[in-house]
Amino acid sequence: MSATAPASSPTVEAGPGRIAEFQRRLSDQPLYALAAILVILFVILSIISPGYRSLHSVSSTVQVAAILGIMAGGQTLVLLTAGVDLSVASVASAAAYLMAQNNVHGAFAAILIGLAVGLVAGLVNGIGVGVFGVQPLIMTLGIGAILGGMLIVYSQAETNGAPVVPQVMYELGTRTVFRYIPLDVLLVWLPLSVILILGLKYSGLGRAIIAIGDNPVACRLAGVRSWQVLIVTYVISGGLSAVAGMILGGNNNAVDLQLASSYLLLTVAAAVIGGTSVFGGSGGYAGTIFGALILTVLDAFLTVINATEAVRQMLYGLLILLLAWAYARLAGNT
Amino acid sequence: MSSISATPSATPFISIAVRRRFVRRNAWGLSIYAILIVLFVIEKLVHPGLNAFDIQTLVIETLPLALAAMAQASVVLVGGIDLSIGTMMALVNVVAARWMVNADAKQATFDSIVIILGTAALGALTGFVITISRVPDIIVTLATSFVWYGLALYVLPTPGGGIPFDFANLVNGELWGWLPEGVFVLACIVLVVWLPWYRSRLGLSVYALGSDRMAAFLSGVNVARTRIAAYALGGLFVGMAGIALLAETSQGDPNSASSFTLNSVACVVLGGVSLAGGRGGLLGPIAAAFVLNIIRAILGFLRVDPNYATVIQGAIVVLVVLFAGVLALRRRK
Repeated sequence: MSATAPASSPTVEAGPGRIAEFQRRLSDQPLYALAAILVILFVILSIISPGYRSLHSVSSTVQVAAILGIMAGGQTLVLLTAGVDLSVASVASAAAYLMAQNNVHGAFAAILIGLAVGLVAGLVNGIGVGVFGVQPLIMTLGIGAILGGMLIVYSQAETNGAPVVPQVMYELGTRTVFRYIPLDVLLVWLPLSVILILGLKYSGLGRAIIAIGDNPVACRLAGVRSWQVLIVTYVISGGLSAVAGMILGGNNNAVDLQLASSYLLLTVAAAVIGGTSVFGGSGGYAGTIFGALILTVLDAFLTVINATEAVRQMLYGLLILLLAWAYARLAGNT
Repeated sequence: MSSISATPSATPFISIAVRRRFVRRNAWGLSIYAILIVLFVIEKLVHPGLNAFDIQTLVIETLPLALAAMAQASVVLVGGIDLSIGTMMALVNVVAARWMVNADAKQATFDSIVIILGTAALGALTGFVITISRVPDIIVTLATSFVWYGLALYVLPTPGGGIPFDFANLVNGELWGWLPEGVFVLACIVLVVWLPWYRSRLGLSVYALGSDRMAAFLSGVNVARTRIAAYALGGLFVGMAGIALLAETSQGDPNSASSFTLNSVACVVLGGVSLAGGRGGLLGPIAAAFVLNIIRAILGFLRVDPNYATVIQGAIVVLVVLFAGVLALRRRK
């Protein structure tokens, strides 16, 4: 899209008006716009339903947002390389299901098995995209479908009895410390956010991820081993999806074959609302954090207004569209 | 570029070079048809009793996916992607099921035309929003997919409705006792809708835009109008796909079409259309839709668990694209 937009080149200033100045500031600091949207949504939510105006509800919102945030972390990295990972939901469901099914072997082994599912799926995706040069969309789509089918076959063949979520995951997904700090945020999302934000900025891998998305040819000519970077990126995405899926299982204290299927498109939406370009090379994880929070508050909002499923879906779609649109306009992120 | 150009005006004096170029350009499209024929032979081998009825069933089951793949291909060719195809099909499916439940064939035909024009308009609207908002295709169609699904749930929360038998028979029946009408319908759509489109200025603009948007823009192609038109064409095919789905299942269900979005992408890729746009046609994706369903049929005859069939289908898609990757790598060396 950027290719068609000679008018959107950064050197062209759209007049001296205050609005242009405002826009310029916003495009320099898109996070402010996101924070403003988040606050506005929360205020609207609190006005409609005063019960939400409490630290407790903030805490539980963030607890749920952490799951989307973690899953969208991998998606953000993949989007930055100009790819997309459509297997995140299948990976998350499979990891959670295998974890719960193998709980009989001990929680530690069960969680390792769940994590392994994500890493292996990510490795296969990464090899397909990085080594064979397959389009990420179709590669991850196919792996997601295969994994989903294998999970159904597995669930019919297994003999361990009903799946049980390990106690430690249940606590991670539902408990808080100091009353208001969710455990999954403190132990997983917060450290992860710090690693991802700093890593993208300062580590060689992080810079290579952004560079590959920005200009793959220049990267190749500069001697970056793109295939290695891509494999690592998809493995991280698979691993994070598995972690998020297992926490989701803990949060629900139950797993099923379709546990995380509704998260697939939300991870892309969270990253894009957060300002990561689907064409790669621009964006970052800080925006995705806001994207995940905004989508979670939006979900709470739709629950509060007591909409039927039909109205809920429609509003959800329209609001995602409007947010992306407003954001593209305000921050000039096209 | 597409396998449509398979009729280079049928002069016997085509030079060998032209013929070679045709084969090279359409190698992928031709091989998917070769694969289809091989699969037919395999199906005959594993199920010697294969008869016209089995073929008929295959065609009826494949028609919705083939049309969905055509819709996806129309959009992918211009450099976009439509993630709302499945839910728009669901919307068509439930609206048609509610309208047609007590209709006669004549009324149902009229309703279908209204619905197909309506989805073309919705497609154009999608293209319009993408163009003016400058939000990427994948995000806009992702958002609209929620909207269509919500509308479908609103129209028909639980499965119901129906389709008049004689109208459904227009695609489910057989022509002259042997030709499945679904094939006839597909051929008509290709001849009446796709060929004129492909040969027109607009069709040329679509390929130009898909190949290199900047170059097309600089050579005076109307980018906005072409993209909107491509999405409108996609919407047209989605409308047909939704009605074909209703003819197959004879009941409206808002959740019936969720798999079509992703399967249509798989068909487009298997059918030799580049996801980057500008390369491929509609005949490849149609063949790919048949390939995917015939694999399912063969596995069914072999009494393979349908869940394994999903795994095998997915594995085949992945292996094919990996194979294409290997080919591309070898060509580069």
